[in-house]
Amino acid sequence: MARPTRMQTNGHPPPVLDRREAVPALIERPRDFLVVAGLAGAAQELTAITEDSPLNFPLGGAMGAAVTMALGLALAQPKRRVLCVTGDGELLMNLGSLATVAAMNPPNLTIVCVDNCRYGETGNQETHTGMGVRLDVIAEGSGIPVVFTVNTADDLPEGRRLVSEGGGLAFILLRVKEGPALRTKRRFEPSRVRDRFRAALLGVE
Amino acid sequence: MAGDEHDLEPWQHALYDQLRDAGVTQFAYVPDAGHRILIDRSIADPDVHSVALTTEEEGVAMLAGADLGGARGVLLMQSSGAGNCPNMLSMTVGGRFPFLTLISMRGDFGEGNPWQFPMGQATQRVLEAMGLIVMRIDRPEDVRPVVAAALTMAFQSGFAIAVLLGQRLIGAKKF
Repeated sequence: MARPTRMQTNGHPPPVLDRREAVPALIERPRDFLVVAGLAGAAQELTAITEDSPLNFPLGGAMGAAVTMALGLALAQPKRRVLCVTGDGELLMNLGSLATVAAMNPPNLTIVCVDNCRYGETGNQETHTGMGVRLDVIAEGSGIPVVFTVNTADDLPEGRRLVSEGGGLAFILLRVKEGPALRTKRRFEPSRVRDRFRAALLGVE
Repeated sequence: MAGDEHDLEPWQHALYDQLRDAGVTQFAYVPDAGHRILIDRSIADPDVHSVALTTEEEGVAMLAGADLGGARGVLLMQSSGAGNCPNMLSMTVGGRFPFLTLISMRGDFGEGNPWQFPMGQATQRVLEAMGLIVMRIDRPEDVRPVVAAALTMAFQSGFAIAVLLGQRLIGAKKF
């Protein structure tokens, strides 16, 4: 049976941004943050734009972990800003995490969802956002106080301001075209990434 | 705390104090009658973060994030919730994150709801299959020493530990 078309755009314009330019344009100073990066493109990109910062934890599995992992980190480190960068597929795996994080409302956490409507880790299959599901509306309905959608280059300055200034829990949906992410060599051994992160932040493993 | 409640359920209150004394500052939970006292005390405690989850696996990820930030946490869940966690535990075990969960059992001693048996009876094996070390408590006098051992194994040795609180200890739900 053909897929219903009712939801296919749902008020969003078609995506026009190239993630390889839009992600670094949105996150100007990635090394100012403690970072949790979701699977696939997000993990690649944050490793690339932080120049493999030890204070970046890129996920290579445990799909659906990014937002609540960032929550635990933000609660543990109230004086640091925490940035969670994930993709639409990773977030869709655990939409309830938006409700959990909104209920806690940590003021030092910013969530960026790079939405390319694709499961990048598994062969670029379409996700539900490609079928019309709106993660910005879900974030808003979850109670996240600041939600902003970046559709075009004109929206980037406001998104960039929200990321750099912080000032409360925020969710930014960055809508991008299908296409490659910035690529770099990812560290895949999670215990080494964990130890490196703790050594850099806490001085202990 | 009301004195009456303290007298009726002293081990739950002592358990909360024991977790706090061990430096636990993040309590993640899916609401459950078996953990009511721990959850209520964490909500009332201004020095901890009490985090209501929509599904237990969120707590697994959250506690890994807590560890990255140098904090200690505990996941409070029912045995049915253990079934929601295995893939997320890939990060815990693969990343050698310290991890402690206290699990109130269902589908166990005296259970009156047949729906609870499949997951309750599989809980220990499911967690062990993911590489957790599982200990079980059925008597109030064992709570303190077993939890002390679990805290050391998790936060000093860095292993992933589950402590099952049996229905013989917490009481079977009445239907």
